[in-house]
Amino acid sequence: MTQPLLSIRDLRVEFATRRGPLVALDGVSFDLAPGEILGVVGESGAGKSLTGLSVIGLLDPPGRIAGGEIHFDGQRIDNLSPDAMRKIRGRRIGMIFQDPLTSLNPLLRVGDQLVETILTHTSATPKEAREQAIALLAEVGIPAPEKRIDGYPHEFSGGMRQRVVIALALCAGPSLVIADEPTTALDVSVQAQIIAVLKRLTRDHGAAVILITHDMGVIAETADRVAVMYAGRIAEIGKVGEVVREPLHPYAKGLMAAIPTLEGRVARLAQIPGAMPRLSAIPRGCAFNPRCPNVFDRCRIERPAPIALGERKAACWLYDREAAVPGEAARASR
Amino acid sequence: MSAERLVEVKDLKRVFDVSKPLISRLIDGEPRRLLKAVDGLDFTINRGETLGIVGESGSGKSTLARMVVGLLRPTGGRVLIEGIDMAATNDPAARRDVRRRMQMIFQDPYASLNPRWRVGDIIAEPIHAFGLGAGEANGQASSKAAIAARAGDLLRLVGLDPADARKYPHEFSGGQRQRIAIARALASNPDFIVCDEPTSALDVSIQAQILNLMRDLQEKLGLTYLLITHNLAVVRHMATRVGVMYLGRLVEIADTAELFARPRHPYTRMLLDAVPDLAMSGRARTPVGGEVPNPIDPPPGCPFHPRCPKAIARCKVDVPTFTDNVACHLAHAPAEMAGVGA
Repeated sequence: MTQPLLSIRDLRVEFATRRGPLVALDGVSFDLAPGEILGVVGESGAGKSLTGLSVIGLLDPPGRIAGGEIHFDGQRIDNLSPDAMRKIRGRRIGMIFQDPLTSLNPLLRVGDQLVETILTHTSATPKEAREQAIALLAEVGIPAPEKRIDGYPHEFSGGMRQRVVIALALCAGPSLVIADEPTTALDVSVQAQIIAVLKRLTRDHGAAVILITHDMGVIAETADRVAVMYAGRIAEIGKVGEVVREPLHPYAKGLMAAIPTLEGRVARLAQIPGAMPRLSAIPRGCAFNPRCPNVFDRCRIERPAPIALGERKAACWLYDREAAVPGEAARASR
Repeated sequence: MSAERLVEVKDLKRVFDVSKPLISRLIDGEPRRLLKAVDGLDFTINRGETLGIVGESGSGKSTLARMVVGLLRPTGGRVLIEGIDMAATNDPAARRDVRRRMQMIFQDPYASLNPRWRVGDIIAEPIHAFGLGAGEANGQASSKAAIAARAGDLLRLVGLDPADARKYPHEFSGGQRQRIAIARALASNPDFIVCDEPTSALDVSIQAQILNLMRDLQEKLGLTYLLITHNLAVVRHMATRVGVMYLGRLVEIADTAELFARPRHPYTRMLLDAVPDLAMSGRARTPVGGEVPNPIDPPPGCPFHPRCPKAIARCKVDVPTFTDNVACHLAHAPAEMAGVGA
């Protein structure tokens, strides 16, 4: 295997509170190959966004990385000084946030924001930077970019603004882009366009992507691999086709079955009873055990580490071959 | 299912005046600017069915919902509930009865429940408001107990614990709050519930719980739903019939299975194609172009024509009428529409 672009090992993020630390991310590990798109999916509070923020060093206090390592392009980045991190952020790691209105400065022309970013991160002259900015706007599909470059963000529609944000994220030629819910604020018809732009551009520029979203459909369309997160841990990670068609972890199974599809009306949607635990009350053992249909004694006591199953990993005792409980594994794999 | 009409919407319109203040307008010599949020809707809802209304932002879905329940007065047209027009009737008793029988569930369960009230009081409010508690006028203790018991029953009905009546909304998760909102809606024994994006603020696994609950309650209590959403998969799962809105107008209305199998309006086709494909079947999809135009200044002719892959010269001039359940020149002239539904 080629050297991964990004490698996260046992990442632990804590929030200090009066009642002691809350563990928001615990034992998160994954690799990202150059040019690969990794989807990160999960429900609110699962730790998707925190994973992205940890990588780019934008965790807000009281949140902090309490353990583990993040390596980017061969360099350890989780312990860098804010100054050193700022040089990486924007230049080598781009970011796209959910709401394009808040990620653009409303008082600056779109072009100025692009030119400023290009000038900060590259050695281009102002004239070259402006040309690059126009070319980028054309690339993300903004009509008449030589005119629109002098427009203000409020003169753009939601979809167009998100295109500008994508251009902004790509303008310094990063090798990794973190996109946090890039299409959630958009209508379906616009969402499809933005996904297409994101996919095409990151491929053309050779950038890897961490695509964070709660929409499994978006991931199925876009990502190469997917990590399903639950209560601050990765429940399952693997090739997107395998995880979507035949999820292994009971949570991933429940999540997939709960999504209504266009294919037809079923009598009832499968539902997972209960809700995700609060960070202050994550149960002992496997975090999913109180809601799990396949739970057995071990799940309530011992916390499962990710177990490799071919190219996939699932953090579930059902797949622990050495101590397989007869019948359980068979039942779980249907 | 009998085709008894419960709700009739006739040529319903709502215009918002979004002009600048009069003085600035006079100084700048600007005309008034009107936003036609809902521009002539006609449809009926039969008893016991779920009518889904889908559309993108700015299509007028929520304005429609608010007019149907009477939170917003129509600029033109009428909403009849079993033949009674709430906005026009002079009979307070009749109006009150219609109000009781019609309830609404909102999108955001964090905003729709009063944080200072106990859940039991929130649920009991409609019972007090409509005087449904027996002997309430005399303030008898027995009626208080009866209302509390009724609130407990309602909580049990939506899958919560009757003891939860003593708690405050902040003690509940989003999904549980939406259950409380549903319990409150059911407190006045309504037969018609308008649901405006009931699950958009919820996670998928919780969405499944709420959708299943809504279906169970419909079966148990014979409810009729008007379900407003932008999520096509949710209407596919819930609705008996679906209406598709674009810029304040219905472009198409049809039985759910029919609409998803054979969309007649190019906009419906486009919406269906835009939904990310979870099954990863690799189905062929036409790329979607453009965005919803500004409703203050909609395009002439068919409002969809600038984005429509099938637009013909006529579409730029003539507004298509809504006949035969679709508003499209091509659908009205079948010879020309080869391929629209293919």
